[in-house]
Amino acid sequence: MTAGYNFAYLDEQTKRMIRRAILKAVAIPGYQVPFGSREMPLPYGWGTGGIQVTASIIGSHDVLKVIDQGADDTTNAVSIRRFFANTAGVETTTRTTDATIIQTRHRIPETPLHADQIIVFQVPIPEPLRWLEPRESETRQMHAYADYAVMHVKLYEDIARYGHIATTYDYPVIVNGRYLMRPSPIPKFDNPKMDMNPALMLFGAGREKRIYAVPPYTSVKSLDFEDHPFTIESWDTSCALCGATDAFLDEVITDDRGGKMFVCSDSDHCAERSVKNHKDGQEKAA
Amino acid sequence: MNAISKLTATDAPLLSVRGIGKRFGNRMACRDVSFDLWPGEVLAIVGESGAGKTTLLRNLCGDQVPDEGHVLFARRDGSISDVYAIPEPERRILMRTDWGIIHQNPRDGLRYGVSAGANVGERLMAVGARNYADIRRTAASWLQRLEIDVARMDELPIAFSGGMQQRLQIARNLVTQPRLVFMDEPTGGLDVSVQAKLLDLLRSLVGELGLAAIIVTHDLAVARLLADRLMVMQGGRAVELGLTDQVLDDPQHPYTQLLVSSVLQI
Amino acid sequence: MAYVAVKGGEKAIDAAHRLLAKERRGDTAVPELTLDQISQQLALSVDRVMTEGSIYDRDLAALAIKQARGDLVEAIFLLRAYRATLPRLAESEPIDTSRMRARRRISAIFKDVPGGQMLGGTFDYTHRLLDFSLAAAGLTDPDTTQDITAASADQALPRILGIMGDEGLIQAERRDAAAPPPDLTREPLEFPASRATRLQNLARGDEGFLLALGYSTQRGYGRNHPFAGEIRIGEVEVVIEPAELGFAISIGDITVTECETVNQFTGSKHEPAQFTRGYGLSFGEAERKAMAMALVDRALRATELGEDVTAPAQDEEFVLYHSDNVEASGFVQHLKLPHYVDFQSELNIVRKIRADMENNLEAPRQEVLA
Repeated sequence: MTAGYNFAYLDEQTKRMIRRAILKAVAIPGYQVPFGSREMPLPYGWGTGGIQVTASIIGSHDVLKVIDQGADDTTNAVSIRRFFANTAGVETTTRTTDATIIQTRHRIPETPLHADQIIVFQVPIPEPLRWLEPRESETRQMHAYADYAVMHVKLYEDIARYGHIATTYDYPVIVNGRYLMRPSPIPKFDNPKMDMNPALMLFGAGREKRIYAVPPYTSVKSLDFEDHPFTIESWDTSCALCGATDAFLDEVITDDRGGKMFVCSDSDHCAERSVKNHKDGQEKAA
Repeated sequence: MNAISKLTATDAPLLSVRGIGKRFGNRMACRDVSFDLWPGEVLAIVGESGAGKTTLLRNLCGDQVPDEGHVLFARRDGSISDVYAIPEPERRILMRTDWGIIHQNPRDGLRYGVSAGANVGERLMAVGARNYADIRRTAASWLQRLEIDVARMDELPIAFSGGMQQRLQIARNLVTQPRLVFMDEPTGGLDVSVQAKLLDLLRSLVGELGLAAIIVTHDLAVARLLADRLMVMQGGRAVELGLTDQVLDDPQHPYTQLLVSSVLQI
Repeated sequence: MAYVAVKGGEKAIDAAHRLLAKERRGDTAVPELTLDQISQQLALSVDRVMTEGSIYDRDLAALAIKQARGDLVEAIFLLRAYRATLPRLAESEPIDTSRMRARRRISAIFKDVPGGQMLGGTFDYTHRLLDFSLAAAGLTDPDTTQDITAASADQALPRILGIMGDEGLIQAERRDAAAPPPDLTREPLEFPASRATRLQNLARGDEGFLLALGYSTQRGYGRNHPFAGEIRIGEVEVVIEPAELGFAISIGDITVTECETVNQFTGSKHEPAQFTRGYGLSFGEAERKAMAMALVDRALRATELGEDVTAPAQDEEFVLYHSDNVEASGFVQHLKLPHYVDFQSELNIVRKIRADMENNLEAPRQEVLA
């Protein structure tokens, strides 16, 4: 552990302040709680909100998994995992089932979470109405009055123009039937996972200085119209490595003549499945 | 005087204005204005520039908060609300469902970033409409009523002429079937022939829908055509109030006489 | 070619760090920079990094500049991150710039002022011609550069705006004695922002951004008719009053630059005309920053002074949210992080929409009249 720094880098007063914000966020599902975000050794925009949330809740017995784009070995996930290994000395893992805390950028793991887990999302822009209304003073009022017409107008306009709702990630949801929330830039494929999830979901935006939360077993509904219901992405093919047909697939360009293949974005899920396929294959052969 | 009582709509005026006053710095832009408005009645507020007409309108329709006086409004369920005493969320809902506000410049009353259909459908979505086809159908029918080509409902407002944008603004307000509409120089800035067409349309809509309206205008011809009663303002005060024809044909107050006699007869 | 899932992120990062260290050092035949060299001969870089990093420590700032290979925004980031871990030992009294031992003090609004116009060492009147003698391998001749001393005011110089204030010509600065000054490094920014909050935000704000905004006000985007009322640079004492002692002690001197602008007057038939004012402050000799800050401070006072807000520099949320270059740099550069999952979703829908068109699915225009 790096000498000269407190456990998990932040001082205890700061962690307490952040935990108070988290408690308030859990008490008002989907509501953005302002907090005194600190400067961290990683830049704003690179996960400082998620890092501060994790640093405030992590204990020496926790097991931490960090993913970016669903994979454990993308550069930023590596960097953040190392940060906690150095400043907190906690055990880290790539296996979703073994983790007690999962910090993530842009994906929810394919493996269903359980009630002893906390998932921490890195959030760039917390405010779902931001592109429709740039003023914070206005959007705070809109949330207070549950005045979300402007978001439905945007969805209407998408359908009128393209025949479909054009939002595909960071897709807006209503939490607990009350607050409009941005789930962070996860693909809409992952939205259904949030509904009635047994795990605690925490969202940290460092640069924008907001924390919000979805408590376990809370309703999370993606916005839509009755006659244009919310749908998720699908592929015509399966994962080239493990054969999964129900996971989010990344497109990989293999040559300069248009060749491509699709593989699971969730590296742990894919690895587990590959191992299982191999075992099944061996059993069959035997 | 905060009377919240249950009276039927025919017993009580739709809107009761008592002693409205608004200050800017040391100046009273309007003061001591009182009148009643009945369901389906159209009142025109006239006077030259600087008389305080627009200030008064803004302080009646919820855009600004008056420094003096009350505005009481009879709700659909018969109860009476003190418009500036009810909580902000309630007032906002009132302004967007039971009231309409037509600005002189459509830029102030439309969303230019979304289509005509979306503009008209917004109020429906604000009160919970969630069926795309229904919203679209309702919006289309209102566009038709305001004589806007339905085939253009997916175009942006900037593609429409000034007169069409104004009609679009009206459609956007009427879609929730408000009972009271505030209009600030609704035909200002339009060509004479376009104005005439719009006035005709307004007159028939007001009649068909039984709308009550308060219209600010400096144009006595507009008042003559649309209004049941007329209130004349000078220097921030109401100097004369009465039936339109009576006030225009037999003005009592010297300022009204001056106004009426200044109008060119063509 | 069999696809192998991309691995080796850890190794790549290690290698990148080692390469960075090598590039930072550069050619080993060239002498390594020392912190003293940076602090002395690149003093204005150090001043900027201290100001925007919000720590007064020349050595730390010099170290940050060296580590950041001269990238000042990166150096500011290093100082900020360091600052976030420091314990708070005390809060000082507000520095008293009236008692500054000024090395430079000028005013553009009067030809002469009590205490005089002291130029100090300034770029102001230099001709911007590259001086190739500075490039000579023998370095500069100590005999010719060292035979001048800075003047230093031996008594406190009266504030020019104070003198005007005595005559009632300029609005007084109000002091909100009740509330302690806010701390943006501890609390999030909320609106409407108090003047104290705005000033703290601007003091830490990116010099380039404030410079552009200040410039825009001069060109008509929210013009407030500014004059440089007074600029002073020099040393001030930092004073704390520890509870254990019960009296105030000085813990050292710092160099600051202060700029007060005199701006458009207000008034009416019933209220006597008075000039309005703007304020800027920076560590070290960051004069351009202090001036830009004063222009933007005044622009942001528009609402308070009853002026119409029409220009970006007057827009509180626009200015205060985007002034922090550590936040800005982080978010702009975060675009380099992988976004391929989200992009995959976008690819999906674009392909779908195109497929729909090709299959001649009816556009929704036709749904209109049921």
